[in-house]
Amino acid sequence: MSQPPPLLALRGIGKKFPGVTALAGVDLTVLAGEIHALLGENGAGKSTLIKVLTGVYPADAGEIRLKGELVRPASPKEAEQCGISTVYQEVNLVTSLSIAENLCLGRQPGKGGFVNWPAVRRHARTALARLGLELDVDAELGSLSVALQQMVAIARALDLKARLLILDEPTASLDEKEVGDLFAIMRRLRGEGLGIVFVTHFLDQVYAVSDRITVLRNGALVGEYLTAELPRLALVGKMLGRDIAEATHATGGTATQTPTGAPLLAARGLSRQGALHPLDLEIRQGEILGLAGLLGSGRTETARLLFGIDQRDSGELTRDGKSVGLHSPREAIAAGLAFCSEDRKHEGILPNLSVRENLIVALQARQGATRPLSRAEQDKLCDHYIRALRIKTASPETPIKNLSGGNQQKVLLARWLATRPALIILDEPTRGIDIGAKAEIEALVAQLCADGVSVLFISSELDEIVRNSTRVVVLRERRHAAEFTGTDLNAPRVMQAMAGGHQAHD
Amino acid sequence: MIDSRLQRFLRSPVVWPLAGLALLLVVNLIHNPDFLKIGVLEGHLFGAPVDIFNQGARTFVVALGMTLVIATGGVDLSVGSVMAVAGATAGLCITSGHTSLPLVLAATLGAGALAGLLNGILVAYAGVQPIVATLILMVSGRGIAQFVAHGDVLLIKHPGFEYLGKGFLLGLPFAAILAGLLYLVAQAALRRTAAGLFIEAVGDNPVASRFAGLATARMKCLAYLLCGLCAALAGAMDAANIGAADPYRSGENMELDAIFAVVVGGTALNGGRFTLAGTFAGVLLLQTLSPTLVFLGVPPPVASVPKAILILVVCVLQSDRAGRWLRGLLPKKEVA
Repeated sequence: MSQPPPLLALRGIGKKFPGVTALAGVDLTVLAGEIHALLGENGAGKSTLIKVLTGVYPADAGEIRLKGELVRPASPKEAEQCGISTVYQEVNLVTSLSIAENLCLGRQPGKGGFVNWPAVRRHARTALARLGLELDVDAELGSLSVALQQMVAIARALDLKARLLILDEPTASLDEKEVGDLFAIMRRLRGEGLGIVFVTHFLDQVYAVSDRITVLRNGALVGEYLTAELPRLALVGKMLGRDIAEATHATGGTATQTPTGAPLLAARGLSRQGALHPLDLEIRQGEILGLAGLLGSGRTETARLLFGIDQRDSGELTRDGKSVGLHSPREAIAAGLAFCSEDRKHEGILPNLSVRENLIVALQARQGATRPLSRAEQDKLCDHYIRALRIKTASPETPIKNLSGGNQQKVLLARWLATRPALIILDEPTRGIDIGAKAEIEALVAQLCADGVSVLFISSELDEIVRNSTRVVVLRERRHAAEFTGTDLNAPRVMQAMAGGHQAHD
Repeated sequence: MIDSRLQRFLRSPVVWPLAGLALLLVVNLIHNPDFLKIGVLEGHLFGAPVDIFNQGARTFVVALGMTLVIATGGVDLSVGSVMAVAGATAGLCITSGHTSLPLVLAATLGAGALAGLLNGILVAYAGVQPIVATLILMVSGRGIAQFVAHGDVLLIKHPGFEYLGKGFLLGLPFAAILAGLLYLVAQAALRRTAAGLFIEAVGDNPVASRFAGLATARMKCLAYLLCGLCAALAGAMDAANIGAADPYRSGENMELDAIFAVVVGGTALNGGRFTLAGTFAGVLLLQTLSPTLVFLGVPPPVASVPKAILILVVCVLQSDRAGRWLRGLLPKKEVA
């Protein structure tokens, strides 16, 4: 019995960037009439795979077959012509144009440069009707909710005889009802025989709507599973690269002392629309509080709210029992906080400035422009931290962009340590740096704790967070899910809480 | 030690405008061996170099403020118009009988500060694109200047005020001395404090700067404010030099000259590192270029073309990509 070829078959896809292998030997098979979830943590290679599939990057190895036919899209436009359409998380339509204009932009019906407007509107109504939407096609796109804009984006994508629809984190900015509406449309399209690739961070959604799952990790294929046959915990284990069996044997937190100090910083009902549901959090004097959770669980969002980068919608923050505003990083720094962002390149380094300037800038900013650190003081700080953190740089005057990622990270840590913070928030401090630097940073975190500094440690590496924290709070779907200390704190339990769902708690 | 200092100098972006300047001097000296000769007339120095410094003083004062704005990643197109507004304000004060010099200067600089503050608020707090925000004042500034001057060129008869543009101190043009002093004050205010570092940080990566606790909006706003002040001072110097406040012509095309001087001097248009010394070299280059073109017989209406070509060449030489390409042309024996 010969099977018809699958709608989409990627075989052995490889992609290298200078210095990094983004994808190696990845397979992905999508059948007609299925919703296929593509999952993986940061750096797993999901976005690279999608970019290869949609012709943004050429693949270095492997082949793409659509209905058995070899295709090699060289641009997103070619991919669309092959029948591969993509809707991104950020709606990339023109909000100041009407729905109809957006749906027909770049492919207006008409002749000789004239646009046949009645045809445009008719066309738009048909496209929307396919999704069961009835909207005024002359309305400005910007007047619609994000969810509806997203649906218009889907309608536009489907307009092009799409056979495969890629939804890249379409639900990231939607509320629960809107997600439900989107799922209804996805199911409807599945019924029409379309293949859908669904990228999301939310496991509930994976189980609600997908038929099969492909998991990637570190640019490699972990496996392909039927959603119904893969328990949630096993899925999380595959995403994090841990066996459940292995996890059960993992040791608990090494930090033995149970934190009993008074809360240094406490949040009550901290929330922000689309980022975090009301959250209570207490960080005590001299503890390392681990904030665990899958990507999109609200870890970074919590840190940004605490540090005043984003404004909270509600909630109260207290520092040593006194209410504090913390409405800007300046206020947070004045209150003794420090925040090392996960996005080193965009939120951390000042690329063209020297290591010395990068190192002293936060301390100097707190002192103000009129009380400059003398050059001798600056050099002393630089010498101290370059030696203490073993920062490899040709000289303190080297532009920081010339340093390796791990050394840049150490300079940023030094920037914050120089301010002598009471609480330092480390968001993925070991991401993208080599093993040696990782160990050094972990040792540094332990040293900070011994010195009485509180640390809020955010990491997507389960072992790392369990190993380093005295207490772990687990977030799931932007809510507080569980908390572990002492003997309760071990990898399996944290993983269980990260996965959530209906597995029995012991 | 000396070697490394020399190397650092050769790698600094100031080298290119200085090289251009040297080239111009050679051309001039071939045509006119007396080009660099400085004479003494009635106790005043005169000669082409003195003229260049005298004329360049206003451009430099404007370019100084522009350097700060460009370093924050912005641009100020309104400086020429602000010069006209400032000149008209001075003219109005003097012609209406308020002749106390401190008062005239306060009103003039106040007008510039107000203009700069408006630009700064639009860019830093309202989030308007710098080009658009300052274009508004560039266009409307001329109108404001004409309104202030009642649509006339105001003749200024005020020896104290005119000294700003025409005076000589110790045989040197006072405008040049003033510009030199301003340079020293600015250099000290920016480099002896952390203000210069903060401006560079904001221009290099505004997000990271905010995260590091810098008041990014305030820094940006301050840069525009200072730029407005500088433009107003230059406007006063211009009005003093010609003895009249001309709302139509004062500061015409000054924004371009200032931007060119800054960029040629090695401050990147997308913000970050700035160098006032580079801006100084850039102004000298531009000011030397104009008389050189006259000597070479280029008719004034087309003089802007060679000027543009020179600027283009210097900018291209400064770009990273061109630098890499040039290095690629060098023999690669040592590498292998």
